[in-house]
Amino acid sequence: MAEISQNTPKKRGLIEALDLDMRLIGMIGALLAIALAFNLATGGNFLSPRNIFNLTIQTVSVAIMATGMVFVIVTRNIDLSVGALLAICSAMMAMTQARWLPGALGLELGSPLIAPLTVLVGLAVGTLIGAMNGWLIGYLTIPAFIVTLGGFLIWRFAGWYLTSGQTIAPLDQTFLLFGGAEGTLGETWSWIAGLALSLVALWAIWSARRSKLAHEFPVKPLGAELALAGVAVAAILGFVAVLNAYAIPKGKLRRMFEAQGLELPDGYSAGHGLPFSVLILIAVAVAMTLVARKTRFGRYIFATGGNPDAAELSGINTRMLTVKVFALMGFLCGLSAIVASARLQSHANDIGTLDELRVIAAAVIGGTALAGGSGTIYGAILGALIMQSLTSGMGMVGVDSPLQNIVVGAVLVLAVWIDIQYRKRWGKP
Amino acid sequence: MTTPLVEMRDISIAFGGVHAVDHVSVDLFPGEVVGLLGHNGAGKSTLIKILSGAYRADSGQILIDGKPVEIHNPRDARACKIETIYQTLALADNLDAASNLFLGRELVTPLGFVDDDAMEAETRKIMARLNPNFRKFSVPVSALSGGQRQSVAIARAVYFDARILIMDEPTAALGPHETQMVAELIEQLKAQGIGIFLISHDIHDVMKLCDRASVMKNGKLVGTVKVADVTDDDLLGMIILGKPPTRAA
Repeated sequence: MAEISQNTPKKRGLIEALDLDMRLIGMIGALLAIALAFNLATGGNFLSPRNIFNLTIQTVSVAIMATGMVFVIVTRNIDLSVGALLAICSAMMAMTQARWLPGALGLELGSPLIAPLTVLVGLAVGTLIGAMNGWLIGYLTIPAFIVTLGGFLIWRFAGWYLTSGQTIAPLDQTFLLFGGAEGTLGETWSWIAGLALSLVALWAIWSARRSKLAHEFPVKPLGAELALAGVAVAAILGFVAVLNAYAIPKGKLRRMFEAQGLELPDGYSAGHGLPFSVLILIAVAVAMTLVARKTRFGRYIFATGGNPDAAELSGINTRMLTVKVFALMGFLCGLSAIVASARLQSHANDIGTLDELRVIAAAVIGGTALAGGSGTIYGAILGALIMQSLTSGMGMVGVDSPLQNIVVGAVLVLAVWIDIQYRKRWGKP
Repeated sequence: MTTPLVEMRDISIAFGGVHAVDHVSVDLFPGEVVGLLGHNGAGKSTLIKILSGAYRADSGQILIDGKPVEIHNPRDARACKIETIYQTLALADNLDAASNLFLGRELVTPLGFVDDDAMEAETRKIMARLNPNFRKFSVPVSALSGGQRQSVAIARAVYFDARILIMDEPTAALGPHETQMVAELIEQLKAQGIGIFLISHDIHDVMKLCDRASVMKNGKLVGTVKVADVTDDDLLGMIILGKPPTRAA
């Protein structure tokens, strides 16, 4: 009798003992399936270093905002204004670097001060507008849907007035480094960054285990822990290797050498390595994950999403929390605006159009529940990557653009249905 | 005569013209259990939410150890060592037991990050005392039974050395065995000198657990009686008729 009853829990016990995140595995599986299918259909082009590099830098802007959208949705709110916010931040930065600083303040074009000042302006504008949204929602209790729907209409067109509807280019040379292809670490520094990231990952795994052991809590078998650590390190270094394998085109190399007054040596080649924009995304991902799991602010975000009344009764200032969450969302929109406008090397009025929907879809595909209280940062980033892979994969295969949108829309609905089934089956919130 | 632990003097609060609590005064001594009785809508929960900081009184005064205090929000109440077990339990269902127990008062590492392992260790300690059968420390509280959820809410109230405990219908959702555990806990806490307000509409609970009972009807205080001096019927009369019993008056 005892033997029989032990049998079924054991199987489930193995998964629980390894503490595997089934949702994470499912999403990585979906991403791999999509990548392999497109790779087959494009004769190996989809998984070429060049395409992986492009895919990554195309995903960064939406992925950065999606991490903020997780917090917004977890607190039972929504932000429809992120695309418009990105546009106004981009417009302010374009005017700052191309008109105001060189004109009114008399800084020379190409002055090293322009890029940092521009970045500060973009981040400040985003944070301020976000905080104002949060104040309208938290303190004046206007529904988030309405406040940000208003913002959706207001901010893009405020940017339009600011730039008189013109597309602004060229942008500052240093500023363009944030865009992706123009600013990369190069092979050596990419390896160093990859090793540093690996060490951080190993340290995180090790210190979590040590803390559990110190409190005499159950831990995973050492072998499983080592295997997970190995997978993490292999993934990081593999990613670096792929980006390093994408060689800088000859013409561009020659120009880089000429800029330093040198001649391109014969047979010289160099890989791109990690783009700065991807480094920014990695930093955002790590920071936001830490905030979500290891800070009071993050704990209060999830508590408020789970039960707003209980959070209030526990002494949490949920109104101020709303202001902070939306201010953070605004800050991330500013950050995305830097990456997006630098990648496009200009500011145009339509920058970030439909991004609000892509960002919400990324968060939702990544397992963030619109009912509030649950969602993960890595899920949102993977969600953004899945959507971008689908879009650009279909583009490479030659699927018509209307059909591309139809497919992405269907995937969104399907992903949420799968997530609902997962929650039912595993009893996860 | 000793100073009361809590005195709520002449408390009033109105919601849009309805006098939910109308010039009510109650008090509580250390090591005493005072029952608050009344029909649904009599104002007992509202009165107690003023003490726990969920509402602010329009007028009246709260004294703790004879000194006036201002309680504007739940944080103020906690600072006065007032803890509340709400009828709804007020748990964040998506968080685990330890996160709920320490919600708003997280233990942090020297770097300022929340220390989940330390909080879980503390939760295990207090649960070993309150509900030794409790095992589910790493699942969200939505996965717990009613009794287990109740014990998380109780643990949260007693962990932080409360001096004044408010229990709003603590046994309403519990089976007989768990009700007995709550009764034993109340005896333990009394012995430690903690004062308890017990909100209930079950007269038998009040007769069994309380030293005194204050009865409310339509926002007004009907009267406060020593439980030993009255019968079930006397209390029932106070609740239904809104008149103090003639014998005990």
